[in-house]
Amino acid sequence: MAIGVKVLERPIEQTSYVRATLQGMALTLKHLFDTHKVTVQYPEQKWPLSPRWRGTHRMLTTEDGKAKCVACGLCPTVCPANCIKLVPGEDEQGNRYPLIFEIDEFRCIFCGYCQEVCPEEAIHVGRHYENSEYSREGFVYDLERLMAQTHPVCEMWDPSDPKGQ
Amino acid sequence: MSLPVLALLQAADPQLPPLHFWPWLIFSLIKLLVVFTLYMVAAALLTLAERKISAWIQDRHGPNRVGPGGLMQPLADGLKNFVKEETFPKFSNKALFLIAPMLAFMPALITWAVIPFGSPLPTRWGRVDLVLADIPVGFLYILAISSLGVYGIVLAGWSSNNKYALLGGLRSSAQMISYEIAMGMATIPVVMLAGNVTLGAIVMTQAHQGWNIVTLTLAFFIFMVAAFAETNRVPFDLPEAEAELVAGYHSEYSAMKFSFFFIAEYANMVTASALMTTLFLGGWDIPFTLWDNLPPFSVLKTLLTLVAFLGKLSFFLFLYMWIRWTLPRFRYDQLMSLGWKVMLPMALAYIVIIAAAILGLDALGVPRDWRFALSMFALNIVVVFIVFGWLDRGRIVSPASSRISAGELARLRTMAHRSTLTPRETGD
Repeated sequence: MAIGVKVLERPIEQTSYVRATLQGMALTLKHLFDTHKVTVQYPEQKWPLSPRWRGTHRMLTTEDGKAKCVACGLCPTVCPANCIKLVPGEDEQGNRYPLIFEIDEFRCIFCGYCQEVCPEEAIHVGRHYENSEYSREGFVYDLERLMAQTHPVCEMWDPSDPKGQ
Repeated sequence: MSLPVLALLQAADPQLPPLHFWPWLIFSLIKLLVVFTLYMVAAALLTLAERKISAWIQDRHGPNRVGPGGLMQPLADGLKNFVKEETFPKFSNKALFLIAPMLAFMPALITWAVIPFGSPLPTRWGRVDLVLADIPVGFLYILAISSLGVYGIVLAGWSSNNKYALLGGLRSSAQMISYEIAMGMATIPVVMLAGNVTLGAIVMTQAHQGWNIVTLTLAFFIFMVAAFAETNRVPFDLPEAEAELVAGYHSEYSAMKFSFFFIAEYANMVTASALMTTLFLGGWDIPFTLWDNLPPFSVLKTLLTLVAFLGKLSFFLFLYMWIRWTLPRFRYDQLMSLGWKVMLPMALAYIVIIAAAILGLDALGVPRDWRFALSMFALNIVVVFIVFGWLDRGRIVSPASSRISAGELARLRTMAHRSTLTPRETGD
């Protein structure tokens, strides 16, 4: 007996199967007439998401509608799944901006490191999970698409306020 | 010149069976069509009822997307099964593989032929009995046909050329043979009380001397358990035990052939429920009154008795589902020992007891009415108390662990205890 087998002591003389059966049937009957159902009727009802839910990415924009990203390259560096593709560019004033910024939502593991590491608070993981496409390519989100997302973004865990108050 | 007396009587009194061949044939055809249609619709709706009841028992809603409240779900399921791919396993026996679903389905359907489901309906052409074929050997016919149901399952298991399917088929045949005997024995008291094997006569007897569930409680219990085993329903669904046999005998079936097994299961349930109703719950009899059993018959009586019959039928169907979503499955050896060591001896002993009681009561001159029923009921209370009060102390079904001596138990327990708490030594 190498593994720990739990041997139950069953006093044969006191075991009543008919009684146990009737008790079980009474319990199921009680539940049958119980009007409280636990089902969430999904497309109509949705379970509330945690404020720390990490879902579909979103790129925040400045007031004049440009991406906040300065193409510093921290997020592709920190990304453990290697799902962010960033090609930096520079304009005449010397401001850096992303020429290409793509996130492969299939490779992403939604760890939220990109949001945590971003110095400009530009890239965020969002409180959103309903994505569907007809092709795998559709899940590579480019900069326009990331900027077009409108869902609320994840509120990262704050060590000084661990319960989110 | 002789007067056509019989024909005149016939025209005057619609309480006699129709004399002519053609009205009889037409009424039989109509009955066939109506019963068959309703039966299939009922089987389809039962799949929905099962899913709904299981959902409610588990605090869920169940299917509620197709049609109002999910009522069209069986239709969607049927459509899905029609358009699915028909697969044939490479090494299966094609002919048997095709024939098995039909064989599983037909016995349930043809058993229904002898079950009376309402008081006779008077028409212009004579009385129409609400039974498809009131054959004199009704009950023997049922025994003969119901044991055919196993062929579909065994052949399905055999022809699939799949080890799980074969095991399912084997289990099913062993199970059905074991419980068939107990089932037959449990119905002998019914036949003894009625003194007849025609189901119509059995219903009439119950109308006059009390339902058999009162006079033959233990026989009813044995018959019910055996009926659960015969229809392969939980807790006797070993032939398709999902956890160990994939899906049992229908593992290899797809599309409409699979659907047929499914329909067969529900058709079997309906038939078994109808049998329990007829044999033990007075068939179409309305309790506490003889008004519905005696002529003159009318359409109102027919409708009311139909409602009574369907009510009792639905109760048993609900019981089937209620039990399915309550009880776990038996282990195989428990199933066998329950069938052979408990049900069969119990049924045999009960035959002796009932035979003695009938002889005694008749010798005492107790008339066959409520007094007879009451005396039988008193006897049954004693018998049921003995069975459930004394036999049910772990003697009917052996516990999940085999019976081992106290010393062995203590040794096992210390071993188990030691191995979980301390790291294993080398060479242990």
